[in-house]
Amino acid sequence: MTDVGRHPRIKLHTLSEVVDVKGYVGNFDVRILKKARYVDEKECTACGDCAEVCPVVRPDEFNLGLSSRKAIFSPFPQAVPSAYVVNINECLGHNPSVCAKCIDACDKGCINFHMSDQEIVESVGSIVVATGLEPYDPKELDEYGYTRFENVLTSLEFERLINAGGPTKGEVLRPTDRKRPRSIGFIQCVGSRSAKKGGNYCSNVCCMNTVKGTLMLKEHYPDIDIKVFYIDIRAFGKGFEELYTRSRRLGVHYLRGLPGTVEEDPDRSLRVAVENTATGKLEIHHLDMLVLALGIKPASSTQKLQEMLGLQLTPDGFFLEAHPKLQPVDAATRGVFYAGCAEGPKDIKESVTQASAAAARAIRLMHKGEITSEPITSQVITEHCKSCGKCAEVCPYNAITVDVKKKIPAEVNAAACAGCGTCAAECPFGAIIMNHFTDPQILNQVEALLEEEPKEKILAFACNWCSYAGADFAGVSRLQYPPNVRLIRTMCSGRVDEKFIWEGFEKGAPVILVSGCHIGDCHYIDANHWTEKRIKKIHKKMEKSGIRPERLQLEWISAAEGIRFARVMERMEALRQSVTEEEIAETIEILKNRKK
Amino acid sequence: MEAIVLKEKQEDVDVPRRIGVYVCHCGLNIAKTVDCPKVAETAAGLDDVVVSKDIGYACSEPGQQQIKDDILEHGLDRVVVASCSPRLHEPTFRQMIQSAGLNPYLFEMANLREQCSWVHMDTPDAATSKAIDLVKMAVSRVRLLQPLKEEILPLTKRTLVIGGGVAGIQTALDLADNGYDVVLVEKRPSVGGTMAQLDKTFPTMDCSI
Ligand SMILES: Cc1cc2nc3c(=O)[nH]c(=O)nc-3n(C[C@H](O)[C@H](O)[C@H](O)COP(=O)(O)OP(=O)(O)OC[C@H]3O[C@@H](n4cnc5c(N)ncnc54)[C@H](O)[C@@H]3O)c2cc1C
Ligand code: SF4
Ligand code: SF4
Ligand code: SF4
Repeated sequence: MTDVGRHPRIKLHTLSEVVDVKGYVGNFDVRILKKARYVDEKECTACGDCAEVCPVVRPDEFNLGLSSRKAIFSPFPQAVPSAYVVNINECLGHNPSVCAKCIDACDKGCINFHMSDQEIVESVGSIVVATGLEPYDPKELDEYGYTRFENVLTSLEFERLINAGGPTKGEVLRPTDRKRPRSIGFIQCVGSRSAKKGGNYCSNVCCMNTVKGTLMLKEHYPDIDIKVFYIDIRAFGKGFEELYTRSRRLGVHYLRGLPGTVEEDPDRSLRVAVENTATGKLEIHHLDMLVLALGIKPASSTQKLQEMLGLQLTPDGFFLEAHPKLQPVDAATRGVFYAGCAEGPKDIKESVTQASAAAARAIRLMHKGEITSEPITSQVITEHCKSCGKCAEVCPYNAITVDVKKKIPAEVNAAACAGCGTCAAECPFGAIIMNHFTDPQILNQVEALLEEEPKEKILAFACNWCSYAGADFAGVSRLQYPPNVRLIRTMCSGRVDEKFIWEGFEKGAPVILVSGCHIGDCHYIDANHWTEKRIKKIHKKMEKSGIRPERLQLEWISAAEGIRFARVMERMEALRQSVTEEEIAETIEILKNRKK
Repeated sequence: MEAIVLKEKQEDVDVPRRIGVYVCHCGLNIAKTVDCPKVAETAAGLDDVVVSKDIGYACSEPGQQQIKDDILEHGLDRVVVASCSPRLHEPTFRQMIQSAGLNPYLFEMANLREQCSWVHMDTPDAATSKAIDLVKMAVSRVRLLQPLKEEILPLTKRTLVIGGGVAGIQTALDLADNGYDVVLVEKRPSVGGTMAQLDKTFPTMDCSI
């Protein structure tokens, strides 16, 4: 930890938050708001003379309020930087005549109430998001009487109690009588594995954290009675099972079942009612103290950063990686990486592993000192642009700037554009060219396909990453399906322009399929949401003008769904057979008249 | 459904092209089901197609050499290879035409293996008609493809690490020890994160800091 403060290549900004990020991979401009510390970080030797004279006493956050600190304080003994800090809201003495005792106490004159918040601008080429976790807060639902019974503690409070450097110097004492508890209960999955309380997911660390706690207790107090209430114990990591076995061998009782109620006895002990699911019996346990094994929640700043950097979140609220197996530390936004619990609950070892991986990925990106941009990007024809702003709204990568108020035409930042083509499909004025997948290029394919016997053919659009790959997989698996289908590949289903559909029907297509990645799996963040919206819109128009909307189908087919691909093709063929020659002719007529 | 006029520059659409089409047998993988010579023959009759051949293995060394020779000999300016999935060999062929002096983006594939021979084994005639269609589509597309160029952009060799917990610290140190500058931003007054609050940690049961 101290290395970070000393390393000549690391510029550390504490009390700081990122407030704005502009730019794109290779060249981000970052604005950082650095709060005033009121103590000179470099000069302060952490002697503590100032805190001694400070009259303001407040609960110490680091010890979760189990001890107190002053308004000028050191965050914790090994803090980096080791300088003291003033909580200015608690301090009495911005106005020297009121207090300012600390200023006099500091021989080195490090304290300065005139410091102000600073805005810092930094340019960087890559960004690693390592915002970590927030422990679950059991207060909100008063889980297991946490807010009412003083002897119910959280696992984090327990960590501070048993820590030799903590408020009790490592003695585990009951908060009510400051006596050593003879029995302790641990309740697992608090804030985890429940949709109603906290998150649906398993927090990964709390089982082992409890096992660790029981071992430490048994080491300190061999005769202490320990009970663990759990759903199942997840000791999946290297060396974990061994610790769990050791804990059981030392006599810790593991009881399957989460408590139904917790009540307080007159002596402030706790009465725990639990259905032991192993025996099916209702049991009552009396325990001196209870520890709630807190789950892991995403950091509170997650959403703000997500918006700032254009990132995605999983339904659990953690950051979503570009690919769960093959790119586990990359964000879908080029140049952004994840490390630690920001990406999902994990232990220290995994956090460190991921951190090194993120560093390696960032170096891989930066080592050449330059980046090559993919040329398959979109481009605005300035003369045609009406500055409506649609393209900027739909671009999943914020790659387009356009000033709707001042009517400054849209411009694509080629380095940020990922090439999905959604903007080109959505621009109402045909002002965007999607290079390598231009309108004429794709329309030419449509035309060639429908040149002869269009009635026999199924026109299908497939996105490169999922549906086209799904077709490949069907091929590799030798799945047989009707031979009438003809695929047109686009990078993303978001590229499939409304006019491709009309053109297809006008050229006599009986049915048309648009296929892409499942919602949530889109290779271009959420571009397929726009596909979905667009198809809905087209369906409505079809209905209104008397064309059977079923003739246009939208299907999500993933790269692994070869079977699904084949099934969808069979369904399309059945649909095709339901379309009569008269119906096709009528459609052509309708579309021709519309144009006039 | 309002008539959307194609405002895209039609570029030099009407300029004649010199296109080469290569229909790959992929050993028997394609040729067993699809009538490759027939596909090549049909393609030869398409506008702007100067050369059209069927070929044993397009991706093999001799296969690639033959295409390269044709590019030079016939002055081809665009190439279609009808073989397997572009997800497999598009990069191979792009490189090949580049080495023959063409822009790598003036290339298109028709997927006869994954989309015809392997999935329509029982209906060779239908598979062949589909193959012909796919080649026609590829030719119609390749005619309009434009040369594209990758752009080289400058990059700042510096990383912002947001969050100074164990993950942020490790990332910062790994980067810095490899010679990269790091800006580490931590919202609290000290780095350390959650781990700083823990006593001994599993699985080693040693001190956290
Ligand atoms: C009760 C409990 C017990 C645990 N016990 C163990 C154990 O015994 N063994 C084990 O291996 N793991 C254990 N873990 C898990 C371990 O704490 C995590 O794996 C580890 O702390 C994750 O590190 P991190 O850097 O990802 O996140 P954190 O440690 O949470 O660090 C994130 C840092 O980012 C900062 N930050 C957040 N948002 C911003 C922002 N917007 N701008 C700037 N800075 C920001 C935070 O202030 C914090 O310093 C335990 C977790 C809990 C909750
Ligand atoms: S690690 Fe254990 S206690 Fe934590 S959520 Fe998963 S099962 Fe529950
Ligand atoms: S959608 Fe089209 S017209 Fe509207 S701002 Fe973008 S490029 Fe211009
Ligand atoms: S092609 Fe996609 S990524 Fe590129 S500017 Fe358009 S919408 Fe954005």
